[in-house]
Amino acid sequence: MIKLVDVHKSYGKQKVLDGLNLAIEAGKTTVIIGRSGGGKSVLLKHIIGLIKPDSGHVLIEESDITRLSEKDLNEVRKKFGMLFQEAALFDSMTVGENVAFPLREQTKLKDQEIRQIVADRLRAVGLSGVEEKMPSELSGGMRKRVGLARAIALHPRIVLFDEPTTGLDPVMTEAINQLIMDTQKNFNLTCVVISHDIQSIFRIGHKIAMLYEGRIIEYGTPEEIRASDNPVMRQFLSGSVDGPIKVT
Amino acid sequence: MKPFSASLDYVGRTVMHYVEEMGRIMTLFFSILFWMMRPPLKARNIFKQMEFVGVKSIFVVVLTGLFTGMVMTLQGYHGFRLFGAETMVGSTVALGMTRELGPVLTSLMVTARAGSAMAAELGTMRVTEQIDALYVMAANPIKHLIVPRVIASVLMVPLLTVVANFVGIAGSYFVGVNLLNINEGDFINNIYKMLELNDIYSGLVKAAFFGLVLSVVGCYKGFNTTGGAEGVGRATTQAVVISSITILVSDYFLTAIMF
Repeated sequence: MIKLVDVHKSYGKQKVLDGLNLAIEAGKTTVIIGRSGGGKSVLLKHIIGLIKPDSGHVLIEESDITRLSEKDLNEVRKKFGMLFQEAALFDSMTVGENVAFPLREQTKLKDQEIRQIVADRLRAVGLSGVEEKMPSELSGGMRKRVGLARAIALHPRIVLFDEPTTGLDPVMTEAINQLIMDTQKNFNLTCVVISHDIQSIFRIGHKIAMLYEGRIIEYGTPEEIRASDNPVMRQFLSGSVDGPIKVT
Repeated sequence: MKPFSASLDYVGRTVMHYVEEMGRIMTLFFSILFWMMRPPLKARNIFKQMEFVGVKSIFVVVLTGLFTGMVMTLQGYHGFRLFGAETMVGSTVALGMTRELGPVLTSLMVTARAGSAMAAELGTMRVTEQIDALYVMAANPIKHLIVPRVIASVLMVPLLTVVANFVGIAGSYFVGVNLLNINEGDFINNIYKMLELNDIYSGLVKAAFFGLVLSVVGCYKGFNTTGGAEGVGRATTQAVVISSITILVSDYFLTAIMF
């Protein structure tokens, strides 16, 4: 469903993606792990066309989005929802307006129908009745749940999560993990999650990919990843400072 | 030779930087024109921005216009009195306000109040990924965020200028006639004689141009913000400085062309 083929991306002299290859299966949750500042978010933004690679291909259902015009790219983007790291809710809009935004932009639904879908999506993330609140009135966990409600408002086929549990307490982390799993199952989504929360990745991932020095160095099921003897993988999972991953 | 070549290198780089920046601002300007032509225009967003740029700037523009008119009258009176032409003060202030000070001071005040806010708001949206969120939802940020601000500024700065001109001349009347005892009939008659509609129109054309400058620069700086909170601060400062300088410099050339 999603394929990245020989993707290169550099910022100045720094190579962020260096011939990266990855195939993401449809209807599954793939978690991409890697060290902080290692290019995970850059990779995610390549998948949705927010960043163009210096070279290589990004295929979404066989369509190479690196060659598409902005108009055609927007058509592809309609298949996506994305939950940003800090939720990226529009400050100037209420929660209801935020969730309704993609519906108003992409559909010709009547106000009443939009209100119904907004209420349904907010209920799906456990936040009924917060439509009139402003994002600034919400806690971090609530903002992420509203962000998820907005991401799934249009029934996308693919949802991208950029560090969905970063900065949350353990209870809220578990609640968000559960929500991702439920949403994936109920809407039969293809989910791509970026995380470096070890507990979360094994809990929600059907497949796990390790990004290191611009490439995917390990890819497999949680069991395969646990059993990996790759020293980078072992060091990352154990959280040790000794090993091939240098602390800079 | 070394310091000389280093200086040349520095000057070259600086010039290149400004030329590139001008190119990017022009690219944004043409994108704005392109998205302005493509319906539907977001009327709700435009009215919201018109309220922000126009209605909420009235107080500061009234104060600026009023005291400018008053102080010009006070200063002008002493000069004109030397050769017995005190009654010309009103018409001089009216010409100064409508041709130059009305549009320039209004634009500078709107730059400080609304241009800076545009840069700060868009900059914050950039660093908190709200602009990326718009792209992800297949909504063009230029159409949603920038076009309403530019339309609102181009429409509202001339209207604010009319207000500034009016209160400036009213302030001049108050100081001239009530405080300095200039003959009321002569004061008003000279304004009628000297001031032409063309003076007012050309001032409003300038104001519309300045509205365009302050909104495009404010939006450009905000839209291209990098580097978190510090970047937002930097973008805001640069937006105000670049807009103000551009307004003052372009005012000279517009005046040279128009009058």
